[in-house]
Amino acid sequence: MSRAHLIHACQAMLRRDLTVAWRRRSDMAMPVLYALIVTMLFPFAIGPESALLQRIAGGIVLVTMLLAMLLTLDAMFSSDIEDGSLEQLMLSPQPLELLMGMKILAHWLTTALPLIVITPLLAAMLHLPGAVIPVLLLALLLVTPLISLFGAVLVALTAGTRRSGMLLALMLLPLCVPALIFAAGSVAAAQQGLPWLAPISWLAAVLVLALVLAPLACAAALRIALDS
Amino acid sequence: MGLAIVLGIVGLYGGLVLAPADYQQGDAYRIIFIHVPSAWMSMFIYAVMGVSAFVALVWRIKLAEVVAMESAPVGAAFTFITLVTGSLWGKPMWGTWWTWDARLTSELVLLFLYLGVLGLYHAFEDRRQGARAAGFLAIIGVINVPIVHFSVNWWNTLHQGSTVNIFGHSKMAWDMLWPLLTMTLATKFYYAASLFRRAQTDLLDLESGKDWVRKIAEREDER
Repeated sequence: MSRAHLIHACQAMLRRDLTVAWRRRSDMAMPVLYALIVTMLFPFAIGPESALLQRIAGGIVLVTMLLAMLLTLDAMFSSDIEDGSLEQLMLSPQPLELLMGMKILAHWLTTALPLIVITPLLAAMLHLPGAVIPVLLLALLLVTPLISLFGAVLVALTAGTRRSGMLLALMLLPLCVPALIFAAGSVAAAQQGLPWLAPISWLAAVLVLALVLAPLACAAALRIALDS
Repeated sequence: MGLAIVLGIVGLYGGLVLAPADYQQGDAYRIIFIHVPSAWMSMFIYAVMGVSAFVALVWRIKLAEVVAMESAPVGAAFTFITLVTGSLWGKPMWGTWWTWDARLTSELVLLFLYLGVLGLYHAFEDRRQGARAAGFLAIIGVINVPIVHFSVNWWNTLHQGSTVNIFGHSKMAWDMLWPLLTMTLATKFYYAASLFRRAQTDLLDLESGKDWVRKIAEREDER
C-alpha cells in the first residue's frame, strides 16, 4: 500500500462526506439557526440591559456553540451505520484512524465553520465590544475542533446503542469543562484588557494533543462498539 | 463487611465523641471523618476502575470487566457523599453551599464521569460489549483523577490543601488523626466487601445457565 493510495483514500473520504453534507444543505443550516435562536432567547430571559449582556456574552456564545455542535454529533455515524458503509470502512485496507480523522475534519468543516462565521453576529446581538470579537473567534477556532474530536470518540463509543442522545450529552459536557474554562478565561481577560494569550496557548496545546490522539481513540472505540 | 462495620463504629465513636473539638471550627469539623475518607475512596475506586478497565480491554478478562463495572456505583456513591458532606460543612464554614472552586468542580466532573460510565454500560444490550465501551470511557476519564488530587496545589482557591501526609509528619493532632485513619480503613473494607458481593452476584447472573451455576443453585435449594 503506497503513500499515493493513502492520500487518495483520505481525499475520497473527505469529498464523500462533504458532498453528502452539501446535498442536505438544509440540515447544515439547522445548527446555525439553533444557535441564533438560543442566543436570541437570553436577552428576553434576563433583560436587555447592555452592561449585563456584555459581561456574559462570551460565555453565552461559547455554551451555545457547544450545544449546537452536540446536536449534530449524534448523527455523525448513524447514517453510515445504517447503510453499512461504516463496516466497509472498517474492512478497508487503509488505516481506520486516518479515515476517522478525515470524517472528523468533514464534521468540523460542515458544522463548526458555519457557526464560527455567524459568531460576530451573535456577539453583536449581545453587545460584545468589537475589540474582543477577534479573541472570541480565535478561542472558538481552537475549541470547536476540540469538541469535534472529543465528540467523535464518544459518539463512536455509543455507536452500538439505540438511544444515545442524552447519554452523549452526559458524557461529553463534563469532558468539555476544561476547554470551556480556558476559552471563557481568554475572552474575559480580553474584555478586561488583560493579557489573554496564556489560556489560548493552553487550548492550542490541548488541541495539538487531541489531534494526534483522538482519531486513534475514535477508531479504537468504533472497533469496541461495533464488534459483535 | 463485618470488619468494615466494626471499624466504622469505632472510627465514628472516636471521631464524634472522643476527639476534642477544634479551637476554630468547634464541632462542625467532625464531618471530615466522613468527608475525607469518602473523598479518598472516590479517587481510589476510580483508579481501580481505570486499571481493571485497562486490563479488561487489553487481555479481555471477563472478571476485570465485572470488577470495573461493579466498582462504578460504589464510587459514584462515595463521590456523592463527598459532595454532600462537603457542602454541609461549607455552609457554616465558608458561608456557602457551593462555590466554583477547582477541587469542587473537578470532584463534580468525577461524579459525572461515574454516571457517564454507568449510563453507557446500561445503554448496550450486550453486557460484555457495554462493559468494554464503558471501560474505554473510564480510561479516558482517568485523566481527571490527578486533576482532583492536585487541584488544591495547582489552583490556590477556597478548598484547603491536604493536612494528612502518609510519608511524613501530618499537620493534625493524633486524637483527631486516629479516628480518621480508622474511618479510612472502614471505607476501604466496605468497598472491598461490597465489590466482592456485587461481583459475585453479577458473575452468577452473567453465567446463569452454565453448569456450575446450576450446581450452586441446587446446593442453595437443598439447604
